[in-house]
Amino acid sequence: MKELLKINKLSKKYHTMKGEIEAVKDFSFAAGNSSFIAIVGPSGCGKSTILSILCGIEKKSGGKIYFGKKDITIGYMLQNDTLLPWLSVLDNALLGLKIQGNLTKETKKRTIELIKTYGLGDFIHCYPNELSGGMRQRVALIRTLAIDPDILLLDEAFSSLDYQTRLEVSNDVYQIIKKENKTTIMVTHDIGEAISMADTVIVLSKRPAQIKNVYNIELNEDELPSSKRTHKDFNRYYKMIWEDLDINV
Amino acid sequence: MSEEHKLYIKKVKRKKRSILITQISILFLFIILWELASHFKLINTFLTSSPSLVIKNIIFLYNDGTLFNHIFITTYETIISFFLGTLIGLLIASIMWWNDFIAKVINPYLTVLNSLPKVALGPILIIWAGANMNSIIIMALLISVIITIINAYHGFSSVDENRIKLFKSFKATKWQIFTHLIIPSNINTIFNILKINVSMSLIGVIMGELLVSKEGLGYLIMYGSQVFNLNLVMTGIILLCLLSIIIYYIIVRIEKKFIKFF
Repeated sequence: MKELLKINKLSKKYHTMKGEIEAVKDFSFAAGNSSFIAIVGPSGCGKSTILSILCGIEKKSGGKIYFGKKDITIGYMLQNDTLLPWLSVLDNALLGLKIQGNLTKETKKRTIELIKTYGLGDFIHCYPNELSGGMRQRVALIRTLAIDPDILLLDEAFSSLDYQTRLEVSNDVYQIIKKENKTTIMVTHDIGEAISMADTVIVLSKRPAQIKNVYNIELNEDELPSSKRTHKDFNRYYKMIWEDLDINV
Repeated sequence: MSEEHKLYIKKVKRKKRSILITQISILFLFIILWELASHFKLINTFLTSSPSLVIKNIIFLYNDGTLFNHIFITTYETIISFFLGTLIGLLIASIMWWNDFIAKVINPYLTVLNSLPKVALGPILIIWAGANMNSIIIMALLISVIITIINAYHGFSSVDENRIKLFKSFKATKWQIFTHLIIPSNINTIFNILKINVSMSLIGVIMGELLVSKEGLGYLIMYGSQVFNLNLVMTGIILLCLLSIIIYYIIVRIEKKFIKFF
């Protein structure tokens, strides 16, 4: 498997007048094509920082990041849907393409196809405030997919949803990602979400974030996250990861 | 629609209507009481004037040919300073949003200028800009610009961090963030600024006209008080009320057309 992303000894320090905060330390890992990696860790440990650095929003303090492809495109899906209330579903979905100057007839057509495929065809001209929380999350994902990213980053993407919706959206997003065959890195504090969606779970320590453990999740990939949760192996993984995190408290 | 719902809508509408009726009644009651009190010599019309005297005065000014001139001059000055004040204010706020260094440098000056009563600068303005319309417009500008900058900058800099992050993840340029995110997020703020600026400009213009002018509603009021013609003063004030209501109403109409969400 060719590596699409390789991170070597990544570190990040934040500077304030009070001093220096080490957010990430010696973080190394590699992601192959169409793998699904989840990063879990205690809150405030610097999980999101890693995504921000990968996406180029923040600068790293040290280490190396290699991409297995030139001109790599990264899609970043944030906590909360961050849909713009003054734009329709279609215009929201096209936002990334528009900003990057890649809005053409083809890309627009492709985005409309995505919207239709993922059950929002009837809402294409609606505005975000007319949609449910789950639907908004789907639009946000489509907006991220519209720029056809090589790597998809999900940053606590479902944490603003209530539990019920969250499970449903996890199923939705999982299916979409599998169908689009995207390499995905997801940051979450929800252990269950990580196990049920990812094939690799990286457990981080508290700040500065260092890799504590890496688990290869061997659950049937064709099953939905909600049904994976019923496996007895799920509980086994859950217990191991829980203990990893617990030691750090 | 169920009977219950119909009843509910009826109730809401009735309440709305009764509020409006009461509001109008208060106004009419006031005018009628004012007129009656002056008619039966309960108040001294030399000091308080009366609705009928005000109307007579308006007719007199109309026949005189100066009524619309006074209204026009004040409106003209208000509109000029309204547009200039809003534009300059928004421009400076945008520059401050763009460059954090400039924002931090300007900030204390803004605070001082904001708390300074601008009318205190009146005498200097007259000396510098001359006893003409320029002084009046500059006075109104001073009043509206500072508050515009402060409000707009506050609005610009309190846009949701996550949304900015989203734009950055798309590698948006600063200009794109400004035009696609900051401005649309602040449509509400901008309309509020417009509303505030209408009254600020009007205040500034009248203040300017009280200090130095030969025409305009402020001039009518000032001249009236100098020759102790309270009829003229009241007429000026009432015309001013009407003018500010009309301008405010126009802004509200534009806002309603413009804003669909939020």
